[in-house]
Amino acid sequence: MAEKTFVNCTGGGAIRVHVEDGKITKVRPLVFDETDAPSWTIDVDGEKYTPFRKACVAPFSLVERARVYSEERILHPMKRVDFDPKGDRNPQNRGKSGYERISWDEALDLVAGEMKRIRETYGPEAIMSRGSSHHNWGNLGYRSAAWARFFNMIGFTDILDNPDSWEGWHWGATHAYGYYWRLGNPEHYDMLEDALRHTELLISWSNDPDTTHGIYGGTESAIWRLWLRDRGIKTIFIDPFHNYTAAHVGEKWIAYRPGTTSALALAIAYVWLQEGTYNKEYVANRTYGFDEFKAYVLGESDGTPKTPGWAAEVCGIESRTIVALAREWASHRTSLAGGTKGGEGGACRQAYATESARHLIFLQAMQGLGLPGISIWGTANGPPFNHTLEFPGYAQGGFNLIAEKPAVNSVKQRLYRLTVPDAILDGHVEWMGEGFCGNSIEQHFTKFSYPLPGHSEVKMFYRYGGSFLSTMTDTSKWVRMYQSPKLEFCVNQDCWWCNETRMADVILPACTNLERTDIAEWASSGGYSLHASGSANHRVIVYQQKCVDPVGESKPDYDIFVELADRLGYKDEFTEGNSWEDWIKKMYDWSDMPKYMDYEDFKKKGYYIVPQLENYKPTYALRWFAEGRPCDTPDTSNPKRGTDKAHELATDTGKIEFVSQSLMRHTPDDDERAPMPKYIPSWEGHESELFKKYPLQLISPHPRFSFHTHHDTRVPWLSEIPEHRMWIDGYNYQLCRIHPKDAEARGIKHGDVIKLFNDRATVLLAAYVTERVRPGVVHSYEGSSRYDPIEPGNSRSPDRGGCVNLLTPGRMMSKNVPGMAPNSCLVEMAKWEG
Amino acid sequence: MPRYGMVVDVTKCDGCYNCFIACKDEHCNQEKKGYAAPQPMTGQFWLKIIGKERGQYPKVKQDYIALTCMHCENPACITAGDGAVYKRDDGIVIIDPEKAKGRKDIVSKCPYRVIYWNEEEQLPQKCTFCAHLLDAGWKEPRCVEACPTGALIFGDLDDPESAVSKAMKSAQAMHPEYNLGENVKFIGLPKNFVAGSVVFADTDECAKDVTVTLAGEDDTKTVKTDGFGDFEFEDLPDNKTYKVTVSAPGYKTQECEVKTYKSLNLGDIFLEK
Repeated sequence: MAEKTFVNCTGGGAIRVHVEDGKITKVRPLVFDETDAPSWTIDVDGEKYTPFRKACVAPFSLVERARVYSEERILHPMKRVDFDPKGDRNPQNRGKSGYERISWDEALDLVAGEMKRIRETYGPEAIMSRGSSHHNWGNLGYRSAAWARFFNMIGFTDILDNPDSWEGWHWGATHAYGYYWRLGNPEHYDMLEDALRHTELLISWSNDPDTTHGIYGGTESAIWRLWLRDRGIKTIFIDPFHNYTAAHVGEKWIAYRPGTTSALALAIAYVWLQEGTYNKEYVANRTYGFDEFKAYVLGESDGTPKTPGWAAEVCGIESRTIVALAREWASHRTSLAGGTKGGEGGACRQAYATESARHLIFLQAMQGLGLPGISIWGTANGPPFNHTLEFPGYAQGGFNLIAEKPAVNSVKQRLYRLTVPDAILDGHVEWMGEGFCGNSIEQHFTKFSYPLPGHSEVKMFYRYGGSFLSTMTDTSKWVRMYQSPKLEFCVNQDCWWCNETRMADVILPACTNLERTDIAEWASSGGYSLHASGSANHRVIVYQQKCVDPVGESKPDYDIFVELADRLGYKDEFTEGNSWEDWIKKMYDWSDMPKYMDYEDFKKKGYYIVPQLENYKPTYALRWFAEGRPCDTPDTSNPKRGTDKAHELATDTGKIEFVSQSLMRHTPDDDERAPMPKYIPSWEGHESELFKKYPLQLISPHPRFSFHTHHDTRVPWLSEIPEHRMWIDGYNYQLCRIHPKDAEARGIKHGDVIKLFNDRATVLLAAYVTERVRPGVVHSYEGSSRYDPIEPGNSRSPDRGGCVNLLTPGRMMSKNVPGMAPNSCLVEMAKWEG
Repeated sequence: MPRYGMVVDVTKCDGCYNCFIACKDEHCNQEKKGYAAPQPMTGQFWLKIIGKERGQYPKVKQDYIALTCMHCENPACITAGDGAVYKRDDGIVIIDPEKAKGRKDIVSKCPYRVIYWNEEEQLPQKCTFCAHLLDAGWKEPRCVEACPTGALIFGDLDDPESAVSKAMKSAQAMHPEYNLGENVKFIGLPKNFVAGSVVFADTDECAKDVTVTLAGEDDTKTVKTDGFGDFEFEDLPDNKTYKVTVSAPGYKTQECEVKTYKSLNLGDIFLEK
C-alpha cells in the first residue's frame, strides 16, 4: 500500500506524519517547500540571520508514533468493578479497584444517567469539571472548545485554573507594570532583533528556554541563543540548577538558594544606588514611588540596609559576586529573563513570589526598561512577526466564535483548582481571585465562597485528562478527595491511562488529534498570551489532517460530547446541525485565512505559512514607553493602546510603580503582598523552623522531555534518555539531581534508588549525582505521568512513579494570593533500602 | 555519486535529543527491507547521545555528543571476503540483514561500540545513515532533519562547496588513533579546562583584569580575569601538567601546579597584598 503523508500539529510544533497500510510509520518535523512564503532575515551590520525552513519541534513532538500506539492507550470504555450506580459505589476503593470493559452505549448511558440524576437531585452545579494542559492540540476538538462548549451549555461548577506557570508574575508583577492581559508577562515584540542589535549582556534569572520553549514553540528559538552567543553576548544564569540553556550558552552560573530572589535583587539595587549606576532620568520620568523603595533598600526605613553582605547570608553566595553582578549589569546594555515569556520561571512559583517578580521589574526599571537592548525577555519569542492575519488561538473562544448561540455557563458557583480537594473534603472553601485574571487587575480581589448560597455541593467530577496528581501541589489530597463519599460519581475522559484515570468510576477513551481532523495555529493560545505563536520562527496555520483511524474503540472528544448531549437533550443545541467538518470550515471562515488561501487548497496541503509583511518595520516591546510615545506594537490587548493614554502602562499612574497603587486601593495593609514589596523569608525555606528537620530544598520545574504528564512513561524511548529516567532493577524511576556532597553525606551513589521525604509524602527516585546543582538543593521535574503508590489506594503510601508534587506544600503563596508555591519545599533524602 | 559524511558540531548541540528520538521513530519495530531489520523498541541506540559533564560546582560545563556509526573508510566491522558487512560506493557501511544472521561476533568489532545485538532477529545492527531514505531521494537522514540548531551537518564529501566539506576542514575524528578513516567527524569535542576565580583579599572584591598565565611544556597562554574575577583556559589535552600563575600589581603572585586528569575548578584564589 502506497505511503501517504499528512500534516498535523502538536504542543511542540507542526509535524508531517507518514502512514502506510493505515499505520503511522514516521512523525517528522514539517519541512516547508519552495512555494511557502519566504522566511524573514534580520540584517545586523551585514550579518544576516534567518531561520531554518522547517519546524524545529520539541523532542516530545517526535514521539507521537509511539504515543499513539502506546501500551497505555485506553482502548475501550471501562467501569470500575466495584462501582454499582444502583447499589454500592465504594468510593473508598478509587485508586485500587480493577476495571472491566463495557460497551460505549453502556458507558454513555451510565454517565448520562448519573448526570441526569445528579442534576435533578441537586442541580447542575453538582457537577464539576476541568481539562488538562496539554495532551492534544487543536482549536475545536480539545479542551477550550469541545469540552468547554458541552459543559457551559449544560451548566456546571467550573473549576478556575490557578495561573500555574505564572503565579508570581500574574499576582505580583501586574501590580508593578500592568500587563494583566498577558498574565503578568510583558509584551515581546521584535525583541530578537533588539537583542541582536543592542543587547550586550543577558541575565537568565530562573529561565531555561531550551527546555520551556516559550511554552509551545518547540526548539525554534534554540538557534537564536546560538546567534546571540556567537555575537559575543554573554549570558549569566542565576538558578539553583545549571540548567540546559546554561549548558548550551551560559558563561557564568550563579547558584543561589531557592526562595531568595528578592534579597539578591535588593542588594543589586543597593549597589546601583551607592554607585549611582542607574538611569535616574528614566526612574524620574517613567516610575512612581522610587523614593520609598530607595529608603527601604538603603535601610533608612527599616534599619536594615540591603547590602551585598546582607544578601550574601540570605542567598548563600559571596557578597563580592553580588557586587560584580550588579556592576556587570549596570555597565552593559542588559536584558533580563525571568522566565520563558519574560516572566514565568520557577522562581515565581514560591512563597511570596509576587514580591520577587516585582523586584525583578524594578531592577530593569532602574536601568531603563524598553531602551535599546534593555528588556525583560525570555529569548523565546519576538521574531519578525506578521500580526495582520488574524487566526484564533486555542483559548480564544473555541466554538463561541462561530456558533449561532454561544454556550454560556448558567451556573455561577465556582471552585478554585488548588483548593478543590479541600472544598470537597471539608464542604466549604473561600478564596479571593478569579484564577486567570486577564481582563482586569480588579479580578484579583473578587471574593468567592463555596458552596454559593442556595447551591448544592459538588457530587460529581467529570475529569477531562488526568494530570493533577503530578502537577498540583500536595497531590495526595486529590487521592483522598477521589476516595471521599462526597463524590458520588467520577468520570475520566482521556487517551491514555493517566494518574487520575484509575480514580474514575467510568473511563471514556478519547482519541488523539492524529486520529481525527482539527484546525489550529502552531503555538497560538490567543487569549491571555496574544501572539504567542511568535515563539516559532514562522506562523504556521494547520489543517490538522486525520492520519489514522482511532485506536481501539477510542472516539474524538467532540463525538463523545455529542453522544452525551444527545442523551441529556442538548444535541441540536450543541451541534446546531453542523458536522464536524462544518465547524472547522466556520473557524477558517471566521479568520482572515480565506483572504490568503482557498479552503480546499488549505485542506489538501495541510498548512499555510503566513507571509512576512512587506517593508517590515520592527516595533520594539516597551520602546514606546521608554521614549514616552504611544504604544506602537501590535499588542491589541493593551487597553490603553489607541487611546489618549497610549503612552502609559496599565497601572493607576501609567508608570512602573515601586509602590503599587492598585494594591494601595485594595489591600494597603497586606504585609505579604505589600504596596511596596519587601524581602520576606519563605514560609518553607532555609530560614524556617522546618529546615532543621528537612534541610534540603526541592525544586521541581517544568520537564524537558515531556509536556507535563502527557508524554513521559507512556513512550518507552523517553525512558531511555539518561537525563529523563533511569531503569533500576526492572523499574523505571524519575531522576533526582543531587550534589555529590549531599549524596556522599548520606551514602548515596549515582544510580541508587533514593527516597525524598517530608511530613507530606515519600517519593522514590533515581539518584543522579551531578555538580550541576547547588549543594542543599535537589532537582526533580514535576509532571511524572506515573503515580504508583506502593500500596494502591493508600494516599500516604510511598510513590515509585516519581510524583514529586506529593511532597510540595498546598499552602497558598501568601494570605491574599491564591498562587501555588511548589518550589518552597523542604525535604530530606535517604538511600532506599526497601 | 555522492560520498556521504557528517560533521557533528558539539558547540551547537543543546542536548534536545530530537536526533535520538527521530532515529527511533524511523527504525523501531519497522523493517527497512534490504537495509536493516527492525530496531527493537528499546535497548539499542543507533544514534547515541554521550552526555559529558566537566568541572566542579559552580564552574561546570555540559556537552552532548551525538554518536552514530562513523561509516569508516577502513571499517573495523568488515572482514575481507566475508560479505556480512559491506561498504557501498557512496561510503555507507551496511550490515547485511540476511548475510549477517547469527554473527554476534560482529558486535564487538567496532571500537566505537556502535553495533548492537538484536537477539530476536539474531542480527548485529547499527546506524545506516538512513540509506533507505537517501536512496529514495531524501537529502539527509532523520537525525539531521530533526536537529534544530544545525549541529549535524550531512552531505557529499566530494563536493567542495557542500556544507559538510567546509565543516570537515575544522573537524576531527573522535579517535584518530584508531586509524579507521572515519567519515563522521567532530567540531568542539570537549577536552579539559582549568578555571578559577581571583579575589583581592584585602577588599574582598572580585579581581578584574588580573593576568593569569598557564604554562605547559608545549606553550604558555595568558588571559585576563573578567568582571567576576573569573578566568578559564579551555581545550587542554589530558594528563598534562601546567603551572598557573596569578599576578596583579601590588599583590603577591600566586602559583599552583595542576594536572589535567579532568577539568578543574581551582576555586577562589585570594591575592594578598
